[in-house]
Amino acid sequence: MTPDQIIFLLCAALIVGSALMVVTTKNLVHAALWLVATLFGVAILYGLLQAGFLALVQVVVYIGAIAVLFIFAVMLTRREMRDKGTQVNHNWGISALLALLTFGGLAFILSSWVGFSSTAKAIPAGTDTLMMLGKALVSPDAYVLPFEVASILLLAALVGAVYIATSSKE
Amino acid sequence: MSIPLSWYLILSAALFSIGLFGVLARKNAVAILLGIELMLNAVNINLVAFWRYGSGSIAGQVFAIIVFAVAAAEVAVGLALIISVYRRRTTVIADELDLLKW
Amino acid sequence: MTFWNDPINYIADWLRGVFMGWGITAGPANVITALIGIVVIILFALAIAIALVWVERKVVARFQDRLGPNRIGPFGLFQPFADIVKLIIKEDITPAGADKVVFNMAPVISLASVILIWAIVPLASKIYGADINVGVLYLVAVGSFGTLSVIMAGWASNNKYALIGAFRMVATMISYEIPMVVALMIPTIIAGTMSVKGITQAQSNLWFVFLSPLGLLLFIISAIAELGRSPFDLNEAESEIVAGFHIEYTGMKFGLFYAGELLHAFTFGGFMAVLFFGGYGGFFGLEKLSAFAWLSNPFIELVVFLLKALIGYWVIMWVKYSMPRIRIDHMLTFNWKFLTPLAFVLLMMTALFDKLLAPTQFYVPGMFLSNILLAWIVIEILRKYSKRERIEQEKPAEPVIQAAHH
Repeated sequence: MTPDQIIFLLCAALIVGSALMVVTTKNLVHAALWLVATLFGVAILYGLLQAGFLALVQVVVYIGAIAVLFIFAVMLTRREMRDKGTQVNHNWGISALLALLTFGGLAFILSSWVGFSSTAKAIPAGTDTLMMLGKALVSPDAYVLPFEVASILLLAALVGAVYIATSSKE
Repeated sequence: MSIPLSWYLILSAALFSIGLFGVLARKNAVAILLGIELMLNAVNINLVAFWRYGSGSIAGQVFAIIVFAVAAAEVAVGLALIISVYRRRTTVIADELDLLKW
Repeated sequence: MTFWNDPINYIADWLRGVFMGWGITAGPANVITALIGIVVIILFALAIAIALVWVERKVVARFQDRLGPNRIGPFGLFQPFADIVKLIIKEDITPAGADKVVFNMAPVISLASVILIWAIVPLASKIYGADINVGVLYLVAVGSFGTLSVIMAGWASNNKYALIGAFRMVATMISYEIPMVVALMIPTIIAGTMSVKGITQAQSNLWFVFLSPLGLLLFIISAIAELGRSPFDLNEAESEIVAGFHIEYTGMKFGLFYAGELLHAFTFGGFMAVLFFGGYGGFFGLEKLSAFAWLSNPFIELVVFLLKALIGYWVIMWVKYSMPRIRIDHMLTFNWKFLTPLAFVLLMMTALFDKLLAPTQFYVPGMFLSNILLAWIVIEILRKYSKRERIEQEKPAEPVIQAAHH
């Protein structure tokens, strides 16, 4: 066991454990807070994968914005502050079965793939992946078009969200 | 880097399945969106892992960033819709929103 | 390498030697040394927080024409310790109906969000926790834990004032994050790196405040909003909602919020220094002369950094104790309709001029004058707008038609 592997296993336990809490806990604000724990674990994974920029973007976007939005939405959409009774619908059994089958199927397909247990090459010294990423996002030969389309999508979503959520004052 | 790629792939498959369960089994519309977030994150783990374990292309990270943008847009519009529905119907239980069902 | 020109590495090497002398292999010895380093940084930050309690109380007393604490120790220097004892012996109350785990986690996350920033604060060229290539983004990322702690505290307290306070605070923090990020991007563009140490080094000849005074102004305003200090202290508006999100916290749990706030303000003062005033260095090239070579000694740099940070902290206090609170809708309008557009215009202008003028000798005057020009245009627009508003207000009221009663 190398330190990397120990960190990975702790992180995986955090992610899977808190993800299970997200989908099973009765209190929805708690579910949103468990989502924060999951997302934080994923950010650590990005750090392990040497994608520090993505790890920080994950924290800014998901924990700073999306999770807080979720907590707001949970509070704004109910009469009582406490959730009572079951939070799952009547076909949760089939859902659980389907989820297990998905996991089994994915694991089966992946394990029969040749590259399944490949290991990573060390990033060559002197490669600045952050610089590469930045250049790729704005270079016309690379991903400037998808990047711009994503920004237009965000703008449209912003306008749409404001329009939908504004209560009409007749 | 002593972690084989398989660990990341299995973890993200597990996260995806948990998210799928959340989407299918939850009653509350906000909780369904929480499940979708888990699934999007599972996808992102895969993208970044394939970037790190693949050849020198940066495409994996670029895709992950675009997934971030899409996730943010999805949450903004999704939650706005849910709040709007709550204003009209005073419920966010997905089963009770059955106006289009016959 | 001696203790005087590279203290951290000197001590770390010595510690590593001690551990390896005990028979620990190199890997774990490195981990233990790094952990000790982390603990030292945290203790340093907390020690500063204790000192800040005294500074804050003394300065506010001066602003309000009082003497401030002067009974315990010389100049009241031991007042913070009396405060701490008081906070510790207070009864620890968890309100009935509170969400206990979340309630107790909120102050911890609040303080942690501040202390995490200290991982990247460049105290001197050789004294810093870590130099990561995304340092500026790290500052924003860690700030989002602060937002989270506020909403956790507000929700878990099971108190409507706490929840209203938390809503206001989160609305402020999320809104003002946008001009904040843009203000952080301006030094990033000029220095060409997101590493805070790189930004400091890029200012060794010229402080960025001369290249982008408006950027500094934006940063100060959005930092004060992010801190939730007056005039943006709607979150704790005593006259309306008692104390905001920390209304239900007592004793040391309140103390954590309080220490976190003070340390946060000081840290933003430090970042003001790092991003716009040359951080630990920035002696305008003076340290290259042999007579002034001592200026690049880490201890001198540490003192310079702390002094600059204190000045930044003092500016934040100055604003806090001389401005009245503004209304929540005004605050959000100010951000979305004024600060954010201004920030984006400034960002585009900085990026453009940085690319166009960088190799020429017009670079510094061009950047400075373009900032001044933008400020002037903005003030003109504001003047026109307020004039229109005033005329609107002073217009004679429509004659009221009297109902015929008689």
